[in-house]
Amino acid sequence: MEIITEISRYVIPFLLFFIPLYGFIKKVPVFEAFVEGASEGIKVAIRILPFLVGMLVAIGIFRASGAFAMMAQFLEPACSFLGIPPEVLPLAVMRPLSGTGALGITAELIHNYGPDSFIGRLASIMQGSTDTTFYVLAVYFGSVGISKHRYALAVGLGADIVSFLASVFFCSLFFGN
Amino acid sequence: MVNVIWLILLLSGILVAALNGNLPLVTSAAFDAVAYAVKVAIELIGVISLWLGLLKIAEKAGLVRLISKIVAPIASLLFPDVPRSHPAFFAIIMNLSANFLGLGNAATPFGLKAMEHLQELNPEKDTASPSMITFLALNTSCITLIPTLVISLRSQAGSADPAEIIGATVLATTCGTVFAIVFNSILKRKYFHKH
Repeated sequence: MEIITEISRYVIPFLLFFIPLYGFIKKVPVFEAFVEGASEGIKVAIRILPFLVGMLVAIGIFRASGAFAMMAQFLEPACSFLGIPPEVLPLAVMRPLSGTGALGITAELIHNYGPDSFIGRLASIMQGSTDTTFYVLAVYFGSVGISKHRYALAVGLGADIVSFLASVFFCSLFFGN
Repeated sequence: MVNVIWLILLLSGILVAALNGNLPLVTSAAFDAVAYAVKVAIELIGVISLWLGLLKIAEKAGLVRLISKIVAPIASLLFPDVPRSHPAFFAIIMNLSANFLGLGNAATPFGLKAMEHLQELNPEKDTASPSMITFLALNTSCITLIPTLVISLRSQAGSADPAEIIGATVLATTCGTVFAIVFNSILKRKYFHKH
């Protein structure tokens, strides 16, 4: 595992070193090519801004109003039936919607229950094993003007639920409940 | 689907706030979110520019075509409607590797580039192509080997072994990825059988 942590640390400097060098060897005017490519950056960022604004406003209101807490409460009976600790439920609901929102909840759970408690570990595993599906779909599809998503959301959210249940399973298996 | 969820988030939030007598909260939440969205987009301008600049060098040097050719035999299984050695493969590989290594901010530019390439191949410009859905299924369920943010949170909170959750995380996320690939191919077949 430590080898992979090391790789993660060096991969960006390596790419910054290797790609321009390879380009130079292949006689590409490297700086001009870089600037040509980089000039598209601002266009891409501006294009996704409306999708960011729309998503973040809806999620922000849903959370701040207390509707989010109500929804988590509503789902609680189903979860205790499956043996899932209700404390992590808000995290499971928030995770597909907002990366920073979920990170906030994870930080709170780790802080309140301790990083080495069952809840703390489970929150860590859930945070690391799923992604902000709903948000990614809206921004990625939005960036190229796709409005009909077909079955994309079903696949993404289905995978999130599986990862979430698997997190509970492996956390119990490795660290005991 | 997204339209409905967006509307539900918005309307139920405002209704609950109104019932609790907390309507001013809606205003402040909305303005906070808008400011945050702009901050995210501004920060993305720099990161996206950097990676798109490097990508252009890689493209002109023939590196993109080379790597796309190398991964094509495997990638063609998952993306049958993308021609072999298409540059889309390079962007997809870079996006998934960045996710895999926990380099979130390098992943987004390549992901958006991959969507652009897939859109070029898409016959219906307003409808998601099967390859796009497969790509997003892989992207959102993708195995992250090192959840760097979580590990740093845990060590800040004084964990005895911040990295101990890596094994369980990798196993849980692998379940999600395998499910996404299988479920995606089932839904794809069902969808195109019907239409």
